[in-house]
Amino acid sequence: MTTPLLPDDYIALLDPRWSTREATGTVVRVRSETDDAATVIVKPTHPWPGHRPGQYLRIGAEIDGIRHWRAYSLTSDPEHPEGLVSVTIKHVSEGKMSPWFTEQCGPGTVVFLGHVEGEFGLPDPLPEKILMISAGSGVTPIWSMLRELRRRAALDDVVHLHGTRTTEDFIFGPQLRELHDDQEGYHLHEQLSSEDGRLQVDNLDELCPDWREREAFLSGPREMIDDFVAHWEAEGLEEHLQTERFQPVIGTGDAEVGSGGTVSFVVTDKEATCEQGISILVGGEEAGANLPYGCRMGICHTCVGVLREGQVRDLRSGEVHGEQGETVRTCVNAPEGHVVIEL
Amino acid sequence: MTPPTGASTASIPGTMDDEKAGPSRRDGDPNAFNPLFRLSSEQIEEIGAEFQKIHDEVKGDLGDRDAQYIRSIIEFHRRLTALSRIVLMASRYPPAWALGTAGLSVAKILENMEIGHNVMHGQWDWMNDPQIHSSTWDWDTASTAASWKHSHNYVHHTYTNVIGLDKDVGYEFMRVDPKQRWSPEFLAQPLINVLVMLFFEWGVAIHDMDLEAIKKGTKKKSDLMNDLKGIGKKGGRQVLKDYILFPALSGKHWKKTLKANFTANIVRNVWSNAIIFCGHFPDQAYTFTEEEIADETRGGWYVRQLLGAANIEGSDTFHLMSGNLSYQVEHHLFPDMPSSRYKEIAPKVKAICEKYELPYNTGPFWQQWLMVQRTILRLAFPGGDETPKPGPYVAPPEQPRAERTVQAVDGPIPAFP
Repeated sequence: MTTPLLPDDYIALLDPRWSTREATGTVVRVRSETDDAATVIVKPTHPWPGHRPGQYLRIGAEIDGIRHWRAYSLTSDPEHPEGLVSVTIKHVSEGKMSPWFTEQCGPGTVVFLGHVEGEFGLPDPLPEKILMISAGSGVTPIWSMLRELRRRAALDDVVHLHGTRTTEDFIFGPQLRELHDDQEGYHLHEQLSSEDGRLQVDNLDELCPDWREREAFLSGPREMIDDFVAHWEAEGLEEHLQTERFQPVIGTGDAEVGSGGTVSFVVTDKEATCEQGISILVGGEEAGANLPYGCRMGICHTCVGVLREGQVRDLRSGEVHGEQGETVRTCVNAPEGHVVIEL
Repeated sequence: MTPPTGASTASIPGTMDDEKAGPSRRDGDPNAFNPLFRLSSEQIEEIGAEFQKIHDEVKGDLGDRDAQYIRSIIEFHRRLTALSRIVLMASRYPPAWALGTAGLSVAKILENMEIGHNVMHGQWDWMNDPQIHSSTWDWDTASTAASWKHSHNYVHHTYTNVIGLDKDVGYEFMRVDPKQRWSPEFLAQPLINVLVMLFFEWGVAIHDMDLEAIKKGTKKKSDLMNDLKGIGKKGGRQVLKDYILFPALSGKHWKKTLKANFTANIVRNVWSNAIIFCGHFPDQAYTFTEEEIADETRGGWYVRQLLGAANIEGSDTFHLMSGNLSYQVEHHLFPDMPSSRYKEIAPKVKAICEKYELPYNTGPFWQQWLMVQRTILRLAFPGGDETPKPGPYVAPPEQPRAERTVQAVDGPIPAFP
């Protein structure tokens, strides 16, 4: 009746937040955690569908007329009584969004809420002995998981090793120290990289001699994760280690999987060739096509196009998929042979 | 009327009839007629670089005020539509009918011209807002977004005014340039012209089907069926909305509502037809042959866009209602630049025209429109001359003014207060 618009578009005239076209939320408070990290607390417009501690939320905001998206770990409890959610963000001075969140965004700002995603989290049933390893802002998903364990009264035997530059830089440091003092089952070790050097695999035997018997959860910078993963693999224990990298390795050309292929963009009317490991989005842009994109890491679905012909390979998992009519994310999928896409 | 350069030699009507549409009579003296052929290749590249600079400057400057502009227009359109529908509930009173229908007509024009056309051009894609994006937008007209984006954004804007390549030159069923070969079916052109005016949206809807190939029987049957399905689905929804659902909601006054919707669609069709025909068919605009653009560079493309389009002079409201296609020259140079910026860059474009002694095609609405109508009537018959072209652009002398009476205001074209 309102084609090509939706009745929603007219309802949104009364209050933009009533539109169901996009999930939005209003910033309630921005709480400073350390000198350069802040927790942004958001009241979602629609009831929060829930999440698992350890997962991340993609969150979008408009900065000078342009919508940007980032993914941050959720630091709020899944069932907050007022339905609030929060993400904790470390200021990266050369970044675009983190300075905006930590310095400019205030109560009342409307933000866009994307999907909750991520496999990092507590297994079911809960392991008896747990080792948490984090560094820098990697502590945020760990914090969520620890709080969940405490809520479930399951903080029985957890060793937490955290690397931080200084004592003051430790995000959630005060709360975790308190937890350490209160709870017998939680042991926290802070390693100050400014004094004792970075947290390394060599420290493990000394700091947590029984690490081989524990389910381990690891969150931090990429180099650190690579080192620890290699260490676990060397012992054949990789099944007992979960990691959160924050920087997915995709579409950079170094993933040696798949055949690559050619893409026909039917709307843009462009032909592109993608070498092995090059996403449809990057290939199309190199061929001069103006394609929609958002996060460029497979989470925001801004770049989706309908597949008309052919199959694609997910550059993250290596899985080949694609049925006619399926919507695929061009930023994390590469053509496997020839594909035709509606974009 | 004779061209100022006197290059046209075809004074006897009908000399073009039997010739292949192709290299025009300016073959004899290629430099005499089209300013493009007077420029050296270095000059063309220089001009290209200067236009590119304007583009990049604006692109780097896009921000909040632009985002606010398009959002305010979209909101205004939706409010006006909703309000008009409410007024039309009282359509049994003639003043209410007239007011509601006028509101609906204006809303439809805004939606098609300033919003739909420009959003689907990708002018607002830089905002990265999925709701205001060329890949997701659909408009209140019979044609599907995908087919229009192909025929318009790609075919028309790439091959602008190249006879044989740009299907917008006469839309494959009209003869608007003497270089198009005449055939007897064009005798019906004066009548077809009126029908196209009235039912323009349906003409646009079938435009991407490649009528030429269908006539010749070279179009694949499955492609044809796909096209028809797309048009049927989109057009069907439009008909259902305007001619069945809304009238049905009006109960026993359904006829009034039906008439209001029909009138609004016709008003929108006639208006958009007038603006769009004034973009490339007035006398000032140049057309090109395939041979002439064979080795075209980026700079050559810019010059061809400049020469092939014509502006319409008017007030800010007029520009808004024409979707800023009254800045057709600026639009063709920078199809993906937000339309609200055309007015701002027009002086820079004129300065380039003056520097390189190029024309800046423009004229008042009625003059441009009557020129187009005259061409359509004349070219229904065999023959026809190249139309006279304007000389290089010269900036008007600055008016001496005792003192500034009004503070100059920078910014996008205001919508409505």
